[in-house]
Amino acid sequence: MTNAQYKKYADERAATSPVLKNTVKAFLIGGVICALGQGLLYLYMWAGAEKQTASTLVSVTLVGASVILTALDIYDSIAKFGGAGTLVPITGFANAVVSPAIDNKAEGYVLGVGAKLFTIAGPVILYGTLASVIYGVIYVIKSMVLGIV
Amino acid sequence: MGKIVRFKNPPKVISVGTVAGAKESEGRLKGYFDLCDKSDKFGKKTFEQSESEMQRLALNFALKKADMSPNRLDAIFAGDLMNQCTGSSYGLAAFSAPYFGLYGACSTAAEGLILGAMAVDSGYFDTVATVSSSHNSSAERQFRFPLEYGSQRPPTAQWTVTAAAAFVLGKSAIAGNAENEKGHSCIGEKNGVCVKITEALPGRIVDKGITDQSNMGAAMAPAAAATLYSYFKESDSSPDDFDMILTGDLGYDGHAICRDLLIGMGLDLGKGFSDCGILIYDRNTQDTHCGGSGCGCSASVMAGFVMDRFKKGEIKDVLLVGTGALMSPSSVLQGLSIAGIGHLVRLSAR
Repeated sequence: MTNAQYKKYADERAATSPVLKNTVKAFLIGGVICALGQGLLYLYMWAGAEKQTASTLVSVTLVGASVILTALDIYDSIAKFGGAGTLVPITGFANAVVSPAIDNKAEGYVLGVGAKLFTIAGPVILYGTLASVIYGVIYVIKSMVLGIV
Repeated sequence: MGKIVRFKNPPKVISVGTVAGAKESEGRLKGYFDLCDKSDKFGKKTFEQSESEMQRLALNFALKKADMSPNRLDAIFAGDLMNQCTGSSYGLAAFSAPYFGLYGACSTAAEGLILGAMAVDSGYFDTVATVSSSHNSSAERQFRFPLEYGSQRPPTAQWTVTAAAAFVLGKSAIAGNAENEKGHSCIGEKNGVCVKITEALPGRIVDKGITDQSNMGAAMAPAAAATLYSYFKESDSSPDDFDMILTGDLGYDGHAICRDLLIGMGLDLGKGFSDCGILIYDRNTQDTHCGGSGCGCSASVMAGFVMDRFKKGEIKDVLLVGTGALMSPSSVLQGLSIAGIGHLVRLSAR
């Protein structure tokens, strides 16, 4: 069997992830997190915060909750069930930053926590920033073109 | 000259020691380990230090059972999965015995047994220890994600076993040599038998182009199949002569591939053919996906479960093919394929 044939053979017989089941679970857990965020928004607005302040407070609350659940060794269990449902919302980002911090504490605060804090979130920050720059440039060009017309 | 190493005076297994973590203590082989720590920490602050402590404890158990002082060890052959094999070097430093660090990925237990047996049979050493370990948390940190990072593992992924095992091997008594016959005891002695390492077939590196890090079983299966095929081609023994033929840590998928590859080559290893990664966990209740992996997997299954069966006289002849996936996190990121290796050892109490 050639390497290509073997690779194909191994891939074909490898069990695949239950995509439909995982999608439903991700939808449910992600939906719960988002509904929670919406509820918090209403709560903060009801307490007197303006909408923009209230939405900042929602982010802070969700990040805080994710950090605490990560530290308590609970978040990874929720994520195992929810998959992308916990990865995509802001809670997933918080987990991606806090988990390497906990992991690398023993290697010191500078070269352990400091250097490895963004090992998972780093690419998201880098390419997120890059994408927003590109979007900004397109936006400016579009406004200029439309402005002239 | 054939490729199988047939030991002239097969070294005996004097004693074994095993320690394991929480998941292993709840698995199918619970009760076969000398010590289990449900915290996986073994009294240490970091998981890397815990792994070293596991190696120290495992060798301590083995020496204690043989009522042997560490001074009697002429050499230790040891390895683990951590960078630069620090699990072994830090854990075994206190024994101050001559030390050889090994890296055979998950095949290290079998590699150690082969080299240890060769060193004893060649006459350079009388008594050696072979130790190997893996720790799920130190391996996750090094090879995958931070422990608390929320992610899903694919169905083909295996669970790195938290366990360490030590074997103490010694020169077998030579008939007529009074001084030598006084030597140490042997596993199985109470039943009038003695477990010995009678044969070995060192593995070759086989690369079949698998690049998926979470499908190690498929990466290692061709190497295990190649070793087993060469063995039975050259050996006078047939698969029926063995009570158990075990691969190291191919897991459910990899083991099935290995079996199919061998059947394709005209070799059916029958019912006794299994895998240490399959034996150690309960697939239905433990969420370990394709089974166990890591240096500690085959090491603890052999030293814990298989040696116990030898002791009870349930089995007489066993083949182990220690399997290893030869890769690093960097090699995988650079897109290189994962090569496998399969080292064969024959343990016999006939």
